[in-house]
Amino acid sequence: MAKVAPELQYSDEHEWVARDSGNAGSNIVSIGISAVATDALGDIVYVDLPEVGAAVTAGETCGEVESTKSVSDLYAPVTGEVTETNPAVVDDPSLINSDPYGAGWLFKVAAESDGPLLSAQEYASKNGGEL
Amino acid sequence: MTENYTALYEEHKKLGASFTDFGGWQMPLKYSSELAEHHAVRKSAGLFDLSHMGEVWVTGPDAAAFLDYALVGKISAMAIGKAKYSLIANEDGGIIDDLITYRRGEQKFLVVPNAGNATVVAAALAERAGSAHEGGFDVAVRDASAETSLIAVQGPRAQDILLRLVPAAQHELVTGLKYYAAVDVPFLVGGTSQELLLARTGYTGEDGFEIFVANDDAAALWQSLVAVAEEGELTPAGLASRDSLRLEAGMPLYGNELSLEGDPFSAGLGPVVALSKERDFVGKAALAATKEAGAGTTKGRKLVGLRGLGRRAGRGHYPVLKDGSKVGEVTSGQPSPTLGYPVAMAYVDVAFAEPGTALDIDLRGKAEPFEVVALPFYKRVK
Repeated sequence: MAKVAPELQYSDEHEWVARDSGNAGSNIVSIGISAVATDALGDIVYVDLPEVGAAVTAGETCGEVESTKSVSDLYAPVTGEVTETNPAVVDDPSLINSDPYGAGWLFKVAAESDGPLLSAQEYASKNGGEL
Repeated sequence: MTENYTALYEEHKKLGASFTDFGGWQMPLKYSSELAEHHAVRKSAGLFDLSHMGEVWVTGPDAAAFLDYALVGKISAMAIGKAKYSLIANEDGGIIDDLITYRRGEQKFLVVPNAGNATVVAAALAERAGSAHEGGFDVAVRDASAETSLIAVQGPRAQDILLRLVPAAQHELVTGLKYYAAVDVPFLVGGTSQELLLARTGYTGEDGFEIFVANDDAAALWQSLVAVAEEGELTPAGLASRDSLRLEAGMPLYGNELSLEGDPFSAGLGPVVALSKERDFVGKAALAATKEAGAGTTKGRKLVGLRGLGRRAGRGHYPVLKDGSKVGEVTSGQPSPTLGYPVAMAYVDVAFAEPGTALDIDLRGKAEPFEVVALPFYKRVK
């Protein structure tokens, strides 16, 4: 069963959100997609990320993730400005499969507000993941 | 629709397969990574469960004449031991299925239709066998699909792996087997010798084999193949990799490239239709008229290969555009694991079917550039 990282929050569209735990005042969050999503997609071969400086809106599409079998939109789980993208996953999208909660992170946003987010527990029970 | 399980279902579960419905069957989609499975077939060998395919035996004094009537190819011209790719059409020239026929004797043939069409094909053959055409046929049609499993070993290492299950004295049967031919070979299955039908056929673009085996012995054969392979030499492979392999090899998939509504000429399968056959066959008049009208050459659409110039892939049913206007539709498409760029098959207006023609695929609202290329996309080095 797909692993759900317990320390993260999740959107209904399978993005995860990580707060910068070392810096309480920071509103920068890291965003990626869950192992539930990568399992369903299969081997990811291409990822289209929003550009640094772009404004993203919670619940709206901001890129796409393409696997050998299918393609799926990437939704912003928060509203804010993109501050950084992960060049490693653009070069080697298989990182998203092999390490979805670590080296496979996608982009960072200076969040002004969050969309509806689920706890790891809620997300796992809803989507058949394993904490 | 009822769910069907192959005799190898438990083997797949043990290997951690994720399953998908295909033609009413629960089949392994992948075991771990479909990309790794794809590459394994290209570089070494893959092991596939194809037990969802149908097996229909046609026997009797009129078997050859009957298949000439029931299928679009000239089956009576086949030599014993050969295999032939053909189609079964309806009276309107629509394609009921594409299938492979093996000639196992003067009066004995094995017809292998696709999983989702096996019942329909078996029924059509049985019905045609009962027709009064040419005074009726002395022939028996027996659908053995439910009791027969089919295991494929595909890839450059396939022959070496199989030989380890065959007594040395019979190696020549395997090494001497030509592409699109079949032979009965004694295999060591779970410690006992068994005569099994071995075909040098496949759907991957690699050298490879397909082995017909009774359901009761399928798991033992599967396990024997795994047991004789060296570490990393033989990788169980699911339908996801089977689809990407056949697409690279430019092979049509029924339901994507072929359908009741389509015709063989537009699909590039004109040579499969033996209009020169002196005998009548089901669909002949309609197919002759379709060809005469220029289907796939001067009229309508033609199946072509498209190579993506960017990184995004076209998918089934996406529109194909020329200068913003729709001129066709993608039937199959994905990033090619072997070639590293997106590939697609699509029906496009014959005016835009020449290799080198620049076209776009509408990728969810954005036109992405593709180029018409000759099929297949991938050809193995022999």
